[in-house]
Amino acid sequence: MLKINGLKAEINGKEILKGLNLEVKPGEVHAIMGPNGSGKSTLASVLAGREEYEVIDGDVDFDGQDLLDLSPEQRAGEGLFLAFQYPVEIPGVSNINFIKTAVNEVREYNGLPNLETKEFMKLLKEKQQLVELSGKLANRSVNEGFSGGEKKRNEIFQMAMLNPKLGILDETDSGLDIDALRIVANGVNELKTKDNAFVVVTHYQRLLDYIVPDFVHVLYDGRIVKTGTKELALELEEKGYDWIIDEFKETV
Amino acid sequence: MSMSDEDKIIEEATTGDYKYGFVTDIESDLAKVGLTEDTVRFISAKKDEPEWLLDWRLKAFRMWEKMEEPDWAHVSYPKPNYQDIIYYAAPKPKKEYESLDQVDPEILKTFEKLGVPINEQKALSGVAVDVVMDSVSVATTFKDKLGELGIIFCSFSEAVKEHPELVREYVGSVVPQADNFFSALNSAVFSDGSFCYIPKGVRCPMELSTYFRINEANTGQFERTLIIADEGAYVSYLEGCTAPQRDENQLHAAVVEIVAKKNAEVKYSTVQNWYPGDKKGRGGIYNFVTKRGICAGDNSKISWTQVETGSAVTWKYPSCILKGDNSVGEFFSVAVTNNMQQADTGTKMIHLGKNTKSTIVSKGISAGKSQNSYRGLVKIAKGADGARNFSQCDSLLIGAKCGAHTFPYIECQNKSAKVEHEATTSKIGEDQLFYCNQRGIKTDKAIGLIVNGFCKNVMDNLPMEFAIEARKLLEISLEGSVG
Repeated sequence: MLKINGLKAEINGKEILKGLNLEVKPGEVHAIMGPNGSGKSTLASVLAGREEYEVIDGDVDFDGQDLLDLSPEQRAGEGLFLAFQYPVEIPGVSNINFIKTAVNEVREYNGLPNLETKEFMKLLKEKQQLVELSGKLANRSVNEGFSGGEKKRNEIFQMAMLNPKLGILDETDSGLDIDALRIVANGVNELKTKDNAFVVVTHYQRLLDYIVPDFVHVLYDGRIVKTGTKELALELEEKGYDWIIDEFKETV
Repeated sequence: MSMSDEDKIIEEATTGDYKYGFVTDIESDLAKVGLTEDTVRFISAKKDEPEWLLDWRLKAFRMWEKMEEPDWAHVSYPKPNYQDIIYYAAPKPKKEYESLDQVDPEILKTFEKLGVPINEQKALSGVAVDVVMDSVSVATTFKDKLGELGIIFCSFSEAVKEHPELVREYVGSVVPQADNFFSALNSAVFSDGSFCYIPKGVRCPMELSTYFRINEANTGQFERTLIIADEGAYVSYLEGCTAPQRDENQLHAAVVEIVAKKNAEVKYSTVQNWYPGDKKGRGGIYNFVTKRGICAGDNSKISWTQVETGSAVTWKYPSCILKGDNSVGEFFSVAVTNNMQQADTGTKMIHLGKNTKSTIVSKGISAGKSQNSYRGLVKIAKGADGARNFSQCDSLLIGAKCGAHTFPYIECQNKSAKVEHEATTSKIGEDQLFYCNQRGIKTDKAIGLIVNGFCKNVMDNLPMEFAIEARKLLEISLEGSVG
């Protein structure tokens, strides 16, 4: 589904990703871990198409398409979703209007008609329940005055509404208490099928207690320096990153 | 040119010996180029007006002659040559096309985006269709219904003929002839406009819209509107149209006067979308309007809501004189400028009565190389004990080449008054746009969404149907403003 090959990207002239390789197949959950500043969020941003980042080398294939050739909204239309680390507030635009616009734009991109109001409301209720998002938030402005936990749940709610092929969660667990963490993870688990995939960017092992990854990758200095299974996450939790960094430096 | 019925009536009425003692060729449909006392007499005669109205016009003209065009507004444009304008052309139908294929495709595109039904599209762009007849009958049905309640809603000229006592009592009572350069000009040469009277205790059961009169003669560049709500009456009045309006006349100087008596309420909503000129600012309309209402009686209320997206230059300050005790004035405004447009708009709230209250919410959106200014005056007079004002002026910038300016003036002569002013300026952030894009929302649509969110508490004041159209209009006006 997603094949990243030798990806190099920079921001303001500073190279952050320095030749990154990663392959994600349908039905898989990949966790990306790594110390601060290793390039985790950059990877998420580059995949979603944020303009500030400039890709200087490498290619990314998304379901047979050159992902880097597509605009951010085309990527969304193709089924790529990014749950933001810092969800943006849009004053005066109700959450429900926002997601309705998004759903219909993605449908239009895929040649589908707008969702009938009745169908939309049904979908809305169903997905709200999934992330235990209060109905009251639907009429509030997008993310305005939401608590940290509400914002993150709102991201997962939007993901559920858009039902993407590939969901990228950028440190969705940061700032969440254990209950919110459970709800967010539960949402992801419910959405998981054999046809879609998730890339979960995280600092901590604890999210992976709830979202069980098929692969765990350690990102360091703009490259994936180690890949393992969920046991690797436990090992990282116990021993930190230093041993991997040392290992990596020896091989270079 | 074939003579319309209206022309014939005018001709019949004016071919007698002319009692005002000047000689002009009244066979002609056009006034001579330029503005002199004779022009004013010509217009008045063409319209078969009573002498008092001619005198009123002449008084305005004489004052106008001594006035100078104001230049304090934050706009710049080549001043029109007032002697190079034709001030009267007999009402004639707009240029007719045989089918929509002959209409500017750009306009048709906009109609489509606005969702204007095909028949209305034809009517608005001057294609000959039966629908015009339909809307005449619709308008007539409404007129009957309103008539039963004693509500008068007609053209200004008709009111001069049918209800001269009302017109004479109120015209110029809120905006005196010499109020400003443009109001004086309008008073001297106004062509036509709307008149509305709601009798005591009557609540007008429908939104009164000039739209119903769309098929009537072109009211021209100097429009005059007078709305009177008698004691305890209520009316919601809609002016304008979201469809783009083109006009050969570059200068528009309208006057609107509202009188609200004791316990009366008038809600006045405008959507203005005059042609703004091309991307370089050529050919757009100058819209210099004087709008003012007086809360004459106790507990009365006047509320202005405006959505301004058109015109090359806008100069407009819908105002309230709060004379009655406990009277309320409101001003809700959205002004959008794009490309080379310039807008200097705002309001004046003049507190005279005790415990008078005013609210000002102004949302300015600037894109392209446009300049958008809010200019407002809150004046609390000596006797206005317990007066209160709240003003909120927010500006939103799209891109780096536009400008937003705020000029709030406060004059307070009463210590018990409370005046609050809040102002913010923000930019549509890359973050907001990227967030929308990532959800599949295209940039133009995202801007529409964000801008409509920004304007929400103004748009909420528009009547439902108007609001839906106005929202679409905001999106269209800002299309391509982020490249």
